[in-house]
Order: sequence, then C-alpha cells, then structure tokens
Amino acid sequence: MVEVTNLCKKFNSFEAVRGVSFSIQKGEIFGFLGPNGAGKTTTINMMTGLTLPSSGNIKIAGFDGIREIKKVQGNIGIVPDESNLYDELSGRDNLMFCASLYGMEKAKREVRTQMLLKQFGLDQTGKKLFKHFSKGMKRKLTIAAGIIHEPKILFLDEPTTGIDVESARQIRQLIQDLNAQGCTIFLTTHYIEEAERLCDRIGFIVDGQMVALGNLDELMGEVQKEHQMIFTFEQGTHSLEKSMSQSFPELSVYRINEHSIRISSDEKISLMPIMKFLEQEKVLPREARIMKPSLEDVFIKITGIGLDKMKKEKEGKKK
Amino acid sequence: MKKAIAFWGILMKDMKTYYLKPPNISWGIIFPVSWTLMFFLRSSIEVDIRGILPGVMALSILFGTTSMLAVTITFERRSRSFERLLLAPISLKLLMLAKTSGAIFFGLVNAFIPVLFASFFISLQGIQWLPLFFAVLLIAVTSTFLGLFIAVAVNEVFEAQTFSNFFRFPMMFLCGLFIPVQALPLFLQPVSFVLPLTYGVDILKNAINGDGFMSFGISLPILLGFGLVLFFLSTRNIQKKWIY
Repeated sequence: MVEVTNLCKKFNSFEAVRGVSFSIQKGEIFGFLGPNGAGKTTTINMMTGLTLPSSGNIKIAGFDGIREIKKVQGNIGIVPDESNLYDELSGRDNLMFCASLYGMEKAKREVRTQMLLKQFGLDQTGKKLFKHFSKGMKRKLTIAAGIIHEPKILFLDEPTTGIDVESARQIRQLIQDLNAQGCTIFLTTHYIEEAERLCDRIGFIVDGQMVALGNLDELMGEVQKEHQMIFTFEQGTHSLEKSMSQSFPELSVYRINEHSIRISSDEKISLMPIMKFLEQEKVLPREARIMKPSLEDVFIKITGIGLDKMKKEKEGKKK
Repeated sequence: MKKAIAFWGILMKDMKTYYLKPPNISWGIIFPVSWTLMFFLRSSIEVDIRGILPGVMALSILFGTTSMLAVTITFERRSRSFERLLLAPISLKLLMLAKTSGAIFFGLVNAFIPVLFASFFISLQGIQWLPLFFAVLLIAVTSTFLGLFIAVAVNEVFEAQTFSNFFRFPMMFLCGLFIPVQALPLFLQPVSFVLPLTYGVDILKNAINGDGFMSFGISLPILLGFGLVLFFLSTRNIQKKWIY
C-alpha cells in the first residue's frame, strides 16, 4: 500500500530527512514515532504532497508519490495535528465542503456527512459553528473530514494530543473501528502507550533517520532482557540519581520526574543493598515496583529522550 | 465533473465565510459613498457624478478585491486551513482560480453599487455597457490577482494590508484618475503605463464619458495580459514558497 524508499529532504544545508525507507501493508496501523524535530512532519509532508522530496521514491496506493501526487491525494486522508477546519462553518457544512473537494456529488455528500456525524457522536451538533466546538469535538470532526471521501490510507498526526481522556478514548476506538473497516492507518503520536495499543508495526525516526522498525515483539526484544524497578519518593530525587549511580555502577539510574527514579540492569536487581543505601541516605521510598519493560523503554533507549519532557514540549508548543 | 464540484465548493465556501458576511456587504456600500462624498467636499460646489463615476468604480474594485483576497488567503495560511486545499486532488491553478473567483465576484458587485447610486441622481444614457462590463471584469481580475500576488509574498494579515497599500496608493494617483496621464510630469508617465489600473480606468472613462485616450482594442488586451501575468507569477510563487 505504501512504499517509501531512501527518502531525503534538504533545507539548504540542513538535512531534515536522511534516507528513510519503509513499507506499510494494506490494513495495517503503522506507528511513526520520534522526538520533536526528528523529521516526522517533513516525512508526512513529502508523502502527502506538501513538500517536495530532495531525493528518493514514494509509492502510495499504486501511484508515484511525486509525479502522480494528485492521484495519491485522491486516495489518502489527512488529519493534521491541529484541527484546521473552518471556524465560520457548522460541523455539517465543514464536512460537506471537504467532500466537495474530492468531487463527491451532493446526494452522496449529504449521506456520507450524516453518517459520519452519527458515527462520531456529533449528530446533535451538526448545525453548531466549528468555533464553538470543544477540543475533543474538533478533533473528532477533523478526523471525520479526513475520511469523508473514504480514503484507502489515513494519515493521523497526533490525534489525541491536548484533548480530554474520554475524547481520547473515543478517538482510539474510532481508529480501531476504521482499521477494522479496512482503512490503512499511518499514525504519529507522543503517547507511546497509544502506539503500543494500536499499532501493528512501529518505525522510530531520530535525526532524520529510521533507527528501528518492526512489530512490538521485535522492538521489545532489545529491552526484554533488562530488569527494571521504579522507586517513588515523598521528597525530590535530584541528588539521588548521581549518588546512586556512583554507589551502584552496575545499575543504570534514570530520573523519571521529581519524585521517581528508574533503575535497570541486565542482571537481576537485588533489593536489599538498595534499601540499605536509601536508609543511609535517609530517603525511604514510598513505593518500589518491579517493572516489565515497555515500548517506552525502547523509545528512551533509542532516542535518549524522556517522554515526559517530549510531551511537555509538544503541549507547550500547541498552547 | 469532479473538478467543477470542487471549484464550486471552494467558491461557495468563500462566499459564505467571507464575502457575504455583513461587514463586507456594508463595506461595499460605505466605500463608494465615502469616495463620492470626498469628491463632493473637494469640489465644494457641486459634484459631476458622471465625471467621477469611473474613478469611484475603479477604486471600489481595487480596494475591495485586493484587501479581501490578500487577507483571506493570509488568514487561511495562518490557521492552516489552506493546507486542506493544497492537499485536495485538484491542480494548483484550478484551486487558485476557485479562490480568486469569489473576490472577482465581490469586485464586480462593488463596482456596480456606485452605478446604482448614480442612477438615482443622473441619467445613465449613452454609457457603452458592454465595454464597461468588460473593463469592470478585467479590473476585478487584475486587482484580485494582484491581491493573490501580495498574499503569497507575506506571512501575516497586517503585512498583507501594508503591502497592498504599497501598490494601491501609487496606482491610485498615477493611473489617470485624479490627474490625466498626459498631464503627469514626463518622468512619471512611463510608470503610469506599467500600472494595470491605467488601462482599466481609461476603458471606464471611454465607456462612460467618451473621454479616454486609448481605444478599447488596445486597453482590453493589455489589461487581460496583466491579469494572466499576475496569475501565472502568483501560482509559480505558491509552488515555490508553499510546496517547498
């Protein structure tokens, strides 16, 4: 369905994307993850026709993504990271307009609009202006606009960032429903647990290069051998990371946030010496948990970036 | 058929969201009335309504179309809704024709409001309506494409307004509206001839009062040429700047 080969993009002397290659099978949910500025958006823009590649090939739905971009655009749906529908139009009129861009006839537009408003739980708000929608409703309508023409592939850029928990849950369910109906999905997200739950395969991009690609088991193989524990404290952990690393050089110590640290090792972690050390330091933990490695660990291992920091950066940018 | 549906969809959306909004409709009425009043104050005795009609019509089109298009496109670029149009499976030229059609229509309507007002006070007999209509259409087309050219050159809405004035005011004073082109200082006359509005105003003067200095056969093709050049320059710039 999608074949990207050796894709590169240069902005003057800066190489934003460097030889990215991957393929996506029909009916797959493909996650595309990476830290801010890694080249995710540039890659999506090249695949959807908003940016011209410097070199490389793209094939989508059987069409050349560079020479036949208008044919490609007829087969894809795009949901950007910010809802970009028209404030002065109602939910219904926004969908009707988006359908007209794909040349759908009026009768078909009406039916499809009604159907999507109902499917997305927006049928009661169809006449309300878009500017009066809540954030969650805006995201849902933007997704509905992305699939109004029944695309073969849907590009979803950060679909649940910045919205409430319930709306995010509904959107995840909608993504799964769309996929069950046969739509291939290309998903970027900062919520690793979302990618873990939804995606069949995941690609990690760092500094413009695809550094890891595979299904969950393949990616987890890297960290599955690791043993991990998380300690949560009442007080701050600022100095603890350093002193612990010095006292236990065989462990890698990572400060997750103000009150939590994670320790990991290739060997089984022995709890007693750590507890003794913490007692000496007069910082007894409130909680100590043995952790199963997750995709988040893969992400941190690959990118070296904490997810909390990345989410804050992204959400700060959106505000 | 699919292209026609997309074209019509964009045009109708723009009409609904921008051009048929009450502030814009009132602009279409207030602007020609203010210009007529300005000429009245200037003459201090009585206004030669027929004499000032070509000028009021030309300025109504110029200010209406350039402002609207430059602002709406810049606004859509800022809110990223313009991306939605660029991602649609229609060619860039068709997309830009659809985007500009609303402004051209707005310019046409703006031009005929002074004519409507004038009809209450003077007889409109003797006006050559066909050349007048073509002149209005071509002024609306060139002014709209000038607005498009400006929209592609700027990033912010306020820049669009400032940059529009950079073109509009010199054009207003050098196109023969206030001072006939032949009466301008010799060094300024060549500048007049590279302004599209000079040709539009001349056709309007010829059609309304018969006092233009070029024939329709010269002015109309030149004006059409300006429109085409501005359109192709703008679409080329969009391709270079927005699909980089």
